[in-house]
Amino acid sequence: MALDKETLNQLLDSVSKFVDNRLKPLESQVAQEDRIPDEVVEEMKAMGLFGLTIPERYGGLGLSMADEIQVVQVLGHTSPAFRSVFGTNVGIGSQSIIIDGTEEQKNHYLPRMATGEIIGSFCLTEPDAGSDAASLKMSAVKDGDDYLLNGTKRFITNAPQANLFTVFARTNPEEKGSRGISAFLVDADTAGISVGPAYRKMGQQGAHVADVMFDDVRVPAANIVGAKENVGFKTAMKVLDRGRLHISALSVGIAERLIADSLKYAMQRKQFGQPIAEFQLIQAMLADSQTEMYAASCMVADAAKRRDAGENVAALAASCKLFATEMVGRVADRAVQIHGGAGYIEDYGIERFYRDVRLFRIYEGTSQIQQMVIARDMIRNASNIN
Amino acid sequence: MKILVTAKRVVDANVNVRVLSDNSGVDINNVKMAVNPFDEIAIEEAVRIREAGNAEEVVVASIGPTQCKEQIRTALALGADRGIFVETDADIQPLAVAKLLKALVDKENPDLIILGKQAIDGDNIQTGQMLAALAGLPQATFASEILLADGEATVTREIDGGMETITVKTPAVITADLRLNEPRYASLPNIMKAKKKSIDTYTPEELGVDVTPRLTTLKVEPPSDRQAGVIVADVEELVDKLKNEAKVI
Ligand SMILES: Cc1cc2nc3c(=O)[nH]c(=O)nc-3n(C[C@H](O)[C@H](O)[C@H](O)COP(=O)(O)OP(=O)(O)OC[C@H]3O[C@@H](n4cnc5c(N)ncnc54)[C@H](O)[C@@H]3O)c2cc1C
Repeated sequence: MALDKETLNQLLDSVSKFVDNRLKPLESQVAQEDRIPDEVVEEMKAMGLFGLTIPERYGGLGLSMADEIQVVQVLGHTSPAFRSVFGTNVGIGSQSIIIDGTEEQKNHYLPRMATGEIIGSFCLTEPDAGSDAASLKMSAVKDGDDYLLNGTKRFITNAPQANLFTVFARTNPEEKGSRGISAFLVDADTAGISVGPAYRKMGQQGAHVADVMFDDVRVPAANIVGAKENVGFKTAMKVLDRGRLHISALSVGIAERLIADSLKYAMQRKQFGQPIAEFQLIQAMLADSQTEMYAASCMVADAAKRRDAGENVAALAASCKLFATEMVGRVADRAVQIHGGAGYIEDYGIERFYRDVRLFRIYEGTSQIQQMVIARDMIRNASNIN
Repeated sequence: MKILVTAKRVVDANVNVRVLSDNSGVDINNVKMAVNPFDEIAIEEAVRIREAGNAEEVVVASIGPTQCKEQIRTALALGADRGIFVETDADIQPLAVAKLLKALVDKENPDLIILGKQAIDGDNIQTGQMLAALAGLPQATFASEILLADGEATVTREIDGGMETITVKTPAVITADLRLNEPRYASLPNIMKAKKKSIDTYTPEELGVDVTPRLTTLKVEPPSDRQAGVIVADVEELVDKLKNEAKVI
């Protein structure tokens, strides 16, 4: 249910204060230590950030997509590593249960996910199955009332912290494509699970990603999401639709931050006897960034509203993610350029955002995969008409 | 114990206000409004006292146009239990506010009243003091620490040149200074819950208070622009300039 304007404004106001006063001053420390202080995580829990999208019935805020993107946009005003702490609980780590889970599964997991007591991770990608996720090999073999899971999941966000994995595995080996896959809810302390060391990565230090290995992991059949076999891939795609809009809104928020930083710098920095903001070539970069940010923001708002109205937004979400994540890449590049040498120096934080945003064009579907989704949708629609 | 706190609607501290071209005041059209930061400290203190088990109820009052309900909601989200809104579009000056609050004190009989030491718009620093006088209650202003025990409040006050500790009998009026506490962020679930808390509305007439302004604003002007600085050669020149040009030492 959408919030009334006053309540939404209060929500945004409170998150904005938290971002400005609490998180922004820690950006450089978190990047250096590759760690978000425990007390900040506790404060995020107290703020209710883990439960943004979990329905009110299960102790969350139950934000509509339109409200969620506004909150996420504000969260984009600081390093995305902070959002990653609760990002999986808001998105890919909880949505399978919210969208397709049984009532029992919802009651069992969601209230503790809303408080942050349980951290959820989403295990789809494998060493040999990235963009082509439907080709995944992780096996789930029936053994009495249980399944035995075997295989490796790659680059799993929050795996080192996770208490619950949503694991996509093949329950029907005869079916090589998307139709033989089921989604399992697996407690992280189940025997046979091991989590690899956190990868060292290009950006977003403080957010952790690791491989998860499954060796004869015994999972009750009742833990299949929605208690339905072989429909897991559909669940994954529904989860990603929402996730893609979330990442798009985050990209808009970070673009706003980078534009604000660039504008401030350009108005202060003087060369040739005047602020560099007076130069038309700098103005062109500022204007292009502002315009593209605005376009992305309108796209995300429209797609979110239509998703809330019940429309299938798969292709719209893909368009948003394609445009917004590429947009923030260009905005970050211009931000470095406007800052000149300072843009390349760590102290100014601009190069950090430049590295941080690079990820958005890769995970939850690369830009090429979004293009594929959009074009296939176009072709499908056109064939239906003819 | 019941605590009454205030939540004045003021321009957000981060907004740069502009003086209106006719010099009648500052432009507050379309600027972000917020709870007066010192009131936020007062609210936080009251909520902490209740959380520590030393009070049962925190009631928050705001006076002004209908939008002031937003500030009451914020206070409710920060932990106040119930709101009182006095609705008026009149230009409310400190004496009128103090009289209205006195009427609310008579209605509610709080054991403690905590206000901000000042509001960041008018900077009058008068309301708490006037309220104490009108209500015939002891006052402890500029509090940086409040300890409650046995019907008394021991209050550390920030005064020129140091700290002063005084004890007042409750009920009493306390005004909050900056260092009293650091207000929490309103949690998102509490913002949602605040929607369900009750707010009673009164008008000044219903409270029997005449709010007619006693003061007239003649002119509002922005502070003069800062002059460009000069670089001095050495300490002697600096001291000389401070003594003879600026005449500050
Ligand atoms: C930091 C990080 C966090 C992650 N978190 C998670 C997580 O929590 N859970 C999870 O399951 N996964 C996660 N991933 C994995 C991520 O979703 C994949 O890396 C991504 O989907 C791309 O897969 P891949 O790395 O195998 O690249 P590949 O699929 O090998 O792609 C390589 C290149 O080929 C292109 N390509 C592939 N197929 C096509 C095609 N048909 N047409 C044109 N071009 C194509 C791609 O666009 C890309 O440019 C994460 C990854 C990273 C880096």
